[in-house]
Amino acid sequence: MKTLHVSTRVNGDETDFVCAPDETLLDALRNRIGLTGAKEGCGTGDCGACSVTLNGRLVCSCLVLAAEAEGAEIGTIEGLADGDKLHVLQQSFLDHAALQCGICTPGILVASKALLEKHPEPTDEEVRYWLAGNLCRCTGYDKIIRAVQDAAQKLRSA
Amino acid sequence: MAFDQQQKRDFKVVGTRPVRPDGIDKVTGRAMYGADLSAPGMLVARVLRSPHAHAKIVKIDISKAEGLPGVKAIVTSADLGRPEDEALRDTQDNCLAYDKVLYDGHPVAAVAATTPEAAKAALAAIEVTYEKLPHVTDVDAAMKAGAPVVLDGRAYEEVPAGWSQNVTNHCEFGHGDLEAGFAKADLILERSFKTEATHQGYIEPHACLASVGPDGRGELWCCTQGQYMVRETCAGILEMDASQLKVTPSEIGGGFGGKTTVFIEPVALALSRKAGRPVKLVMTRDEVFRASGPTIQSSTDVKIGMTRDGRITAAEATLRYSGGCYPNMTCMMGAQAAFAAYDLDAVRTYGWNALTNRPKEISYRAPGAPTAIYAVENVLDEMCQELGLDPIDVRLTNAADKGTKSSYGVTFQDIGLKTALEAAKAHPHYSAPLGPNQGRGLSCGFWFNFGGNSSVTLSVNTDGTVNVTEGNPDIGGSRASISMIAAEELGIPYEHVRTLVADTASIGHSDTTDGSRVTFMVGLATIKAAREATQKMCARAAAIWGIEPDAVEWIDGAAQPAGPNAGKFPPMSLAEIAATSLKTGGPIAGHCESTADGAGVSFGVHLCDIEVDPETGFTKVLRYTVVQDAGKAIHPDYVEGQMQGGAAQGIGWALNEEYIYGEDGLLQNPGFLDYRIPVASDLPPIDTVIVEVPNPGHPYGVRGVGETSIVPPLAAIANAVSRAAGVRLHELPMSPPKILKAVMAKG
Repeated sequence: MKTLHVSTRVNGDETDFVCAPDETLLDALRNRIGLTGAKEGCGTGDCGACSVTLNGRLVCSCLVLAAEAEGAEIGTIEGLADGDKLHVLQQSFLDHAALQCGICTPGILVASKALLEKHPEPTDEEVRYWLAGNLCRCTGYDKIIRAVQDAAQKLRSA
Repeated sequence: MAFDQQQKRDFKVVGTRPVRPDGIDKVTGRAMYGADLSAPGMLVARVLRSPHAHAKIVKIDISKAEGLPGVKAIVTSADLGRPEDEALRDTQDNCLAYDKVLYDGHPVAAVAATTPEAAKAALAAIEVTYEKLPHVTDVDAAMKAGAPVVLDGRAYEEVPAGWSQNVTNHCEFGHGDLEAGFAKADLILERSFKTEATHQGYIEPHACLASVGPDGRGELWCCTQGQYMVRETCAGILEMDASQLKVTPSEIGGGFGGKTTVFIEPVALALSRKAGRPVKLVMTRDEVFRASGPTIQSSTDVKIGMTRDGRITAAEATLRYSGGCYPNMTCMMGAQAAFAAYDLDAVRTYGWNALTNRPKEISYRAPGAPTAIYAVENVLDEMCQELGLDPIDVRLTNAADKGTKSSYGVTFQDIGLKTALEAAKAHPHYSAPLGPNQGRGLSCGFWFNFGGNSSVTLSVNTDGTVNVTEGNPDIGGSRASISMIAAEELGIPYEHVRTLVADTASIGHSDTTDGSRVTFMVGLATIKAAREATQKMCARAAAIWGIEPDAVEWIDGAAQPAGPNAGKFPPMSLAEIAATSLKTGGPIAGHCESTADGAGVSFGVHLCDIEVDPETGFTKVLRYTVVQDAGKAIHPDYVEGQMQGGAAQGIGWALNEEYIYGEDGLLQNPGFLDYRIPVASDLPPIDTVIVEVPNPGHPYGVRGVGETSIVPPLAAIANAVSRAAGVRLHELPMSPPKILKAVMAKG
């Protein structure tokens, strides 16, 4: 199969990769660039474990073709922290014990960041509906909602 | 350690809420799960699966596929031997079908190729000739004479007349005179229930990376709850020595019991052995649903007799479980758990397992208990309604307590059921007002908890820090709790301890992470290992001071002279002893390789409020409270996490989740869109109350907490729905069409 050459920016770094025409962005991130923080939980856009941002928009990378990333800005969990300084959301998830197995955590953090950029002061219900596309089987979501709200509060007062 | 001493202990680290040691890796994307590792020269594997519910395999022709570009190895059952052990043979046949396929999705062959595309093309080129057989997927149908027989020659030795050869297991528990008991009752209710199979629903599909060299040595990286179980099973199937197969557990993206067996690991190893290259095999979500373990489908009859004032006089239950296509004894745990919460003079339970054309049932959090207790607690609630009694009072009247001979024969030691019931009754949730179409439900829950075998090595490093090496994959925060226990025993800060889960070559056997056993058992082994280490450190201090070793005690993280004749020396800290250890007798470590009983059963009580929309049958969960006895909560955050997570899974089981098989025996909803697990917007906040009635079998009083929490939600939600809708439902899940139908029928 013919491969395509894609030039993109991942977490601010210029990144090139080759991919098959039918390859997903998730597979390219994981297998071509070695960024395995985004996970494949379903491959059908139902679980959100592969959440990344594409030109600032929250997407399931399993539903995006890698070739569509040509010229785009991609944000993944690996770009959330600033060097050795955790993002407020990351620290909040640790402080609130908002993770157990952790497989959904990268997707939930990327999705939560996208939420707070758009809605800095969400209600609990808004957080729950925004994160309805990110499945977590361990926590029952309770501590996740608390962690997101605490981070939102800290970001507002920062 | 005596019970009274447990309560007096003044904990410094235990009971606090430090950040988990695996936290940073998990919030930054660095944590490595099953599918995250690659190897140079790696091939990718894909599995060919049965498109039929039940069929004879007449022929598998791989000749065309073998010749395709990029294809490096193809394996079928013919590439494996026939293990003598029946259970191992069943596991092998579940990984690669032998002469029949037994369910939709049953693996038939596997391919390793240079690219996913090449592997996919090879799957399409494998020609399998099937001879379709009649199938059965429902437990009640499977038990009737004349049902299609799933496996020949596996019937229980005394299958009653008129029953099918699919019945493979039976058990019976109880005591007392049922007839006399029912004669004393003012009210006798007899009800039948049915529950559909659910899936553990871990977000991480099964994944592994296998590498077998020409010398026959193997390495395997996989997401599993038990690397030793994987090693022994794979070594058995591949006829390797266990010592030659090193299994390294990855971070695990959820297990809930579903990763206590193998599905793909022997296949990947066989492919790697044949191809001479590393092979990565990752299941798709469709494959996870179709061919990894769901829980049982159940059919249950319950009969309870009660006096006017709420005393249970007799209780009886028959539990029929579909364990899928191979025999299993989950019915035994259900039959033991059904009435465990109550102190009964006359009780009997009968458990049956039947084979069906479904994937082999694998443990799912408290296997067998949720559906059994769902049926019992549902009948109790109906009796409370009929007799006009308070549901908590009735449960308190009958609650098991210390000294109660349980329905399964064990006499309970200290247990926290009454304390939990009283806490639930005192909780503001229980007396909050309800609106129209709303209902409140409650249920008790129970799990045995296991002890089992584990190995721990605790090494004291020369800089005064400590490493704990253990063999149990961390599925719920156990590395945090083990580090805390080590810090507590040694008297050093939590941050000075790092706990690692090791591969099979680095530490001795440890039973699988299951049965809510890890914080209890590995914690116990860590305490023993730490005490061995402190004993050695006391001896070093004694030698330095020139006094007898037994004149030194370990207090507050330091060796201190004890007793009037020991002399006066300033305390010698762990760091000081560690710093000179290489000159005072060598490295210092403590070990514990042992087995433990005394896990201590755990009870919980759940309260929930729901609202039923009479127009649509949709149920909204409004409020949820979990009360559970943890014995002693090491890290309360993760105890609460277990309580909340189990509740959420149970809510899904009660309302939405189900395996839907068509007339053709094929699974109709193998994806997260159609098999809908609770999402954030489906659930309310889940309040938690940790009750601590210390387990006399553990020096800190710890009880396992991982499984009890999935048991009560089924009945708690069912009882709330029944009260809100004004009609009782006897089937799970209570999806909107079912509730609407019941509401309409009521009129």
